[in-house]
Amino acid sequence: MRNAFVTTLMKLARRDKRIFLLTGDLGFMMFENFRDEFPDRFFNMGAAEANMVGVASGLASVGKIVFVYSHAPFVTERCFEQIKVDVVESNANVKLIGAGSGFGYGPLGTTHYSLEDIGVMRTLPGIAIICPGDPIEVECAILAAAHTNGPVYVRLGKSGEPRIHQKPLKFTLGKGIVLEDGKDLALIATGTLLETGKTVSQILRKNAGLSVRLISMHTIKPIDQKLIEKAARETKRIFTLEEHNIIGGLGSAVAEVIAENPVNGLLFRRLGVRDTYTSIVGSQTYLRSINGLSYDKLVKFILNAIGRKAASTLFSKKVLSKKNDIGLGLI
Amino acid sequence: MFLQAKKGIKPYIKNKFYMTPKAHSLKLLQETAKEVRKNILLMSHRAKSAHIGSALSTVDILVSLYCGAMRVWPKSPKHPNRDRFIMSKGWGVAAQYAVLAERNFFPKSHLMKHYTDGSAMMGCSTRFTMPGIEATTGSMGHGLSVGLGMALAAKHDKKSYRVFVMLSDGELDEGSVWEAVLSAAHFRADNLVAIVDYNKIQSFGRTKDVMNLEPLRKKWESFGWVVKEADGHSMNDLLRAFSKVPFEKGKPSVLIAHTSKGRGVSFMEDKIEWHYFNVTDELLDKALDEIENLRV
Repeated sequence: MRNAFVTTLMKLARRDKRIFLLTGDLGFMMFENFRDEFPDRFFNMGAAEANMVGVASGLASVGKIVFVYSHAPFVTERCFEQIKVDVVESNANVKLIGAGSGFGYGPLGTTHYSLEDIGVMRTLPGIAIICPGDPIEVECAILAAAHTNGPVYVRLGKSGEPRIHQKPLKFTLGKGIVLEDGKDLALIATGTLLETGKTVSQILRKNAGLSVRLISMHTIKPIDQKLIEKAARETKRIFTLEEHNIIGGLGSAVAEVIAENPVNGLLFRRLGVRDTYTSIVGSQTYLRSINGLSYDKLVKFILNAIGRKAASTLFSKKVLSKKNDIGLGLI
Repeated sequence: MFLQAKKGIKPYIKNKFYMTPKAHSLKLLQETAKEVRKNILLMSHRAKSAHIGSALSTVDILVSLYCGAMRVWPKSPKHPNRDRFIMSKGWGVAAQYAVLAERNFFPKSHLMKHYTDGSAMMGCSTRFTMPGIEATTGSMGHGLSVGLGMALAAKHDKKSYRVFVMLSDGELDEGSVWEAVLSAAHFRADNLVAIVDYNKIQSFGRTKDVMNLEPLRKKWESFGWVVKEADGHSMNDLLRAFSKVPFEKGKPSVLIAHTSKGRGVSFMEDKIEWHYFNVTDELLDKALDEIENLRV
């Protein structure tokens, strides 16, 4: 995802001289080309995120489109007040790019997990939050962010995520994408767990005979209310899937929509980190698994929730052999 | 009345953009400062607002900037080549409002709407709520970073505007200020000017007791800034200090302005309580009297 981000940003920067990039001293083997091609529009602000966001606001006030990059927890939570006061309150044209969201930097431990970032950012009025699920969604998200006037937070993974979509992708900010249609249940996935969501829906479809509607909800704010309401009406079962705390993220956003537009007999479950800290170290895959976010656990959970028993033959060799570990990649 | 010509002092302001010829007179600037002080008191009295001491402390600096050092177009407050001013100590914005009104950014009648329901005249600066307010401040430690961003944009765009940021001394406790100080020097933002309103009193005590800032000059110097110190209530000193910006090419400039909280009203001067109190009818008359007779 990070490569897709840099490539897209460089394309944009060639076309549009207003594009600036600020980084909090991160981007080794990533931003070198940008730095060399646009030296006067690239600033390494050092490990000082509060100042970085303030400077971005100042640049934006003179008409620049400013991309601000750091790891997801540092570009959102460490400088939250700067985002609130300098960026969102002033409707500054600043795009916050957080990398390694969720358990992306698993082995580095809790300081590097970002499982609250969507929650805190969602409380800011007028900011758009995009969690792209694959490199193609990243490209679309960065273009959409640049073309939207005002603050945007883009929550990236790391690198090596597989493509889910085919080009060209019809991508509109605030509109979810239905990847697979179905009528038995709707699985609304976002960001880094879109790939897992796709695996889960395939297993449910092939091995449990369920017709699953898989939705990529790349924009958490503004949320696609119509798509959620339609899925609730038509499938009566909604599961949300995110690499984030179940409080504050996609699950909460969807819950808010369906609570205000009730559908009789609707089954609703949030799949995510269950409001807990994970204080053991491990790869992203391992950490997802112990938090119930591996595809086998998710399938069992979903089948349990809808009252179907998971058969032992559920996971065919074909699906299980799928390589799900995307590795740590460069930090 | 051109006092400086009479006294044989060289013109302080060489700036060709300077708009009001009458303000070339030191005396007139001092009279303007008096008017501003009176208006602050009237605003605070009517609004029953706090932070009078903080506002009075900054008046002379603001007048020297808006009526002297800065290029501004009051009728075109978003002019791309304007010098920017950020009141990072946003709670002292009453002073800025009064000066902006004095410079005809908006009618003086607006001043009496300070703090009132439904008005845009907030208790802390909020960007573009009034003409001339460039950034949202009031929470400390924001202004210098935002100002640096504006300054870097000017460098990139090869524009000649400068950015002035007024910081309070208490604000210097915030770590983010020093992040900005460090990076402004690193990026050689010599079009950035910080002004420390050093009245030596912060929210809950004297700075030397709460969080000692000394040696303040050395701190800024060691971070790579060019430092000047001035009596923050001497119009002459201030204009002299601002007559050449940047103070030194290639480096950001800081003016440490030694001020007195509540300046101009004897019973408010250097008193922490005037960070919080508001003016009663009786005290208002007394205060206005004192300002009228203030010797500068």
